[in-house]
Amino acid sequence: MNPVFLIIVLALIWAAISGNFSGLNLLLGALIGGVAIWLLRDAWAGPRSTRKIRRVLSLAALFLYELMASAVRVAIVVMRPDLKSALRPAIIAVPIALKSDAEVTLLANLITLTPGTLTVDVSADRSVLYVHVLDMGDREAVISDIANGFEKKVREVFE
Amino acid sequence: MLTGLELYLGGVVLVLGAAFTLLAAIGVVRLPDLYTRMHAASKAGAVGGGLILVAVAVVSQDAAVATRAIIGVAFLLLTTPVSAHLLARASYLSRYKPGSQTLIDELASKNGQNPATE
Repeated sequence: MNPVFLIIVLALIWAAISGNFSGLNLLLGALIGGVAIWLLRDAWAGPRSTRKIRRVLSLAALFLYELMASAVRVAIVVMRPDLKSALRPAIIAVPIALKSDAEVTLLANLITLTPGTLTVDVSADRSVLYVHVLDMGDREAVISDIANGFEKKVREVFE
Repeated sequence: MLTGLELYLGGVVLVLGAAFTLLAAIGVVRLPDLYTRMHAASKAGAVGGGLILVAVAVVSQDAAVATRAIIGVAFLLLTTPVSAHLLARASYLSRYKPGSQTLIDELASKNGQNPATE
């Protein structure tokens, strides 16, 4: 994407958010946009395609759905009178096959906001995530849920 | 008639958000240890706060306010899991053990090799 075009768009967004379309404010927005683009210059070296945008949207849709399901589930657990018997907490090691810090960070964040799972730690070589599970049924099911759901989508977005 | 619609919609979303926030708070009180409490605080808390901001965006009818509210939701969803993860990790590294009901703790066996404990 052309950086000049991007700077103009960012300046307009800046003016819209700050609610002030004066020349000075647009200039400030362009300046901040320029600095942001300069700081992130390596981040969009790769090819951008509509397919990638569709994958990002697909990941976002899955995430929003899982987030709502997750909040409802936690709310139901919290309201149960027999709270102690509803909980089967566990910390399990989930092997992951992601390479970069950005991918691991995104996956860890997504896991934390989805039903019954919370990322506690990541191993030094980034091969294992330690996940706290609120209601542990089957260990293998939890691991394959993460591998076939979010991990696959995260890899598609970053590939 | 139509002018009232966004008020009703915003009101419903606002009450939903408040309900989730209340349930998150109840969860923090009722759940047995920090790790299970973070589940309530991070998930129900983020959804509750996010819904309240969405309600602000719906009711305000102002592009500038709505944009900022939606950006607020995005930041909330980005930062809440990070703080939940940091609290859980920090308490684990300071040897706060998971509650007695915890079935498996695979992190315990690995902890000796964790460079962060140095």
